[in-house]
Amino acid sequence: MTPVIQTRDLVKRFHVPGGFLGRHPRRLTAVDHVSLAVRRGETLGLVGESGSGKSTVGNCILRLLAADAGQVLYNGQDILPLKETDFRRLRGRLQVVFQDPQSSLDPRMTVATIVGYPLRLQQGVKGTALEARVLAALADVGLQAEHLHRYPHEFSGGQRQRIGIARALITGPDFIVFDEPTSALDVSVQAQILNLIAGLQRAQGYTYLFISHDLAVVRHISTQIAVMYLGSLVETAPKEAFFRHPYHPYTRALIAAVPRPDPTRRQNLAVLPGDVPSPLQIPSGCRFHTRCPEVMAVCPKVAPPHVEMGPEHWVDCHLYG
Amino acid sequence: MGTLLSIENLSVEFSNYQGTSSVLNHVSLSVNRGEILGLVGESGCGKSVTARCILRLIPAPPGKITSGSIRFAGEDLLSVSPKRMGRVRGREISMIFQEPMSSLNPVFTVGNQMREVVRRHRGLARREADALCTGMLHQVQMPDPEEVLKKYPHELSGGMRQRVMIAMELVCDPQLLIADEPTTALDVTVQGQVLAILTGLSRRRGISVLLITHDMGVVAQVCDRVAVMYAGQVVELAAVEELFARPLHPYTQGLIAAIPDVDPPADDAPGGGARPLFSIPGTVPTLIDRPPGCRFHPRCTVGGPGCARDVPGLCWVTPEHAVACHSSRGGTA
Repeated sequence: MTPVIQTRDLVKRFHVPGGFLGRHPRRLTAVDHVSLAVRRGETLGLVGESGSGKSTVGNCILRLLAADAGQVLYNGQDILPLKETDFRRLRGRLQVVFQDPQSSLDPRMTVATIVGYPLRLQQGVKGTALEARVLAALADVGLQAEHLHRYPHEFSGGQRQRIGIARALITGPDFIVFDEPTSALDVSVQAQILNLIAGLQRAQGYTYLFISHDLAVVRHISTQIAVMYLGSLVETAPKEAFFRHPYHPYTRALIAAVPRPDPTRRQNLAVLPGDVPSPLQIPSGCRFHTRCPEVMAVCPKVAPPHVEMGPEHWVDCHLYG
Repeated sequence: MGTLLSIENLSVEFSNYQGTSSVLNHVSLSVNRGEILGLVGESGCGKSVTARCILRLIPAPPGKITSGSIRFAGEDLLSVSPKRMGRVRGREISMIFQEPMSSLNPVFTVGNQMREVVRRHRGLARREADALCTGMLHQVQMPDPEEVLKKYPHELSGGMRQRVMIAMELVCDPQLLIADEPTTALDVTVQGQVLAILTGLSRRRGISVLLITHDMGVVAQVCDRVAVMYAGQVVELAAVEELFARPLHPYTQGLIAAIPDVDPPADDAPGGGARPLFSIPGTVPTLIDRPPGCRFHPRCTVGGPGCARDVPGLCWVTPEHAVACHSSRGGTA
């Protein structure tokens, strides 16, 4: 079966001003040859720490950022070479929900305008037909008609995120990118939103890319998991295999560093030394070698091999090469 | 183990053009010498306001402490002179904030800012101050402390900045450290390092810590006792093992149940396991429309008719476990 979304060797570089009066700009590779695939009705959880490039991958897939190299295949068709006018027809099929519902909803628009906007723009739906579609989208996310003419500031964080989800759903998408959708929410509300996102998928068969730094959240929502470190993938696996047999030392550290809500088993939380290096100075060879507890002589010199450890379980590490 | 800090019946109001809202409502809690007390709750529950009251950092107006006392080592902090309070802050009680970038001054070097603390509170000469600062940075596992002293905050990573903050706050050997969400802005692997340094140092030096967090995982891993706050009230207070083993308040029970699990359950069938997460219905009430009676009653699943009418007081179920709930007072929940 063709994956709904597939990236092949996706690359995104940024130019960072540097030097006196910005005369010596530096090049930063935020996404370095990332290849991943999401099958219909499944969720790929994309995990990484800040600066790992996970949001940039999401933005490149949706063409919110122009990729520098590589392909993004939607149902087998490369969408990167499409002209903007041709791509616009696909926009409604590829949607996004952002992290901060406070800054991604226009404070001067009512809920009816916000949620109806994509449909009006893309399909020219108007009047009562539009209102009916907006009401249906709101009902899907647990909001009612009484919310239609209110403004974003009148809602709590969780409700605002529901509005953001309704706006993504209204055009009838296939594929939705969730970029840290629950990071700004409290735990009790986070659970409501995660259940909503999972329930919509079960009912409608949506395909998701779920970007998060929180492994517990990702474990709950995903079928496949991919880990990024400084712009490249270090491990991808089906969820069960990922948590039962993590291979990459970075993946193991990420799992071990999550504080478990169990005071009877105290963990050693300091699992890795140092900080994530700056993406402007990516270490040579394996980019994790500066912090890796199992670093070997070869690691700083040679880029790690891409090794298959099991069905759909890939790891980039010299330990298994 | 004596009590170092004891807050009793603390109530705080904030006023604006919309009216007056009671932000803290009869908050009582205590921190023992040498212990780490976790103060947990969701945004807007008043945990940071409680911390700021201890250091008298509530801007007045709009804030106003309407009742209560804060006793620290036998002294009522609410009635001491501003001059005395200036000595307490930084010397006896110090505080770390969530975002280290906004608590460090961007135009001064780390050394400059650290030395200021030492010289102000201890009156040391520059050279002695430098030695003390270098030693302290070494203790927070900062590589190359002499170099770090010469750097500006923007030249450091988030984790390093937070370690500088810890070093700066502990350099005067305070008796109490208030850490307000110290690791929330950090990545998980760096959070681990910072928590290990923070708790290791405070235990070695016998410093009490009031750790404010919204993360039940962090609480379970580093705290000795826990106070749970909801909408301006302390709803449960217990030793950490007791709280996780026998949470009495329905809110605490919900908070614990709503945490997604990282470890697969033992009976996790392959391909399955997508059970819905437990979630507390409704949302946290805003400051201006807090419900009467028990503030949790509109979201509570066990409450009776009395809950909407009477405010439950904090009751000691055992000598170490207190709860403010009408239905679980007898320990029946």
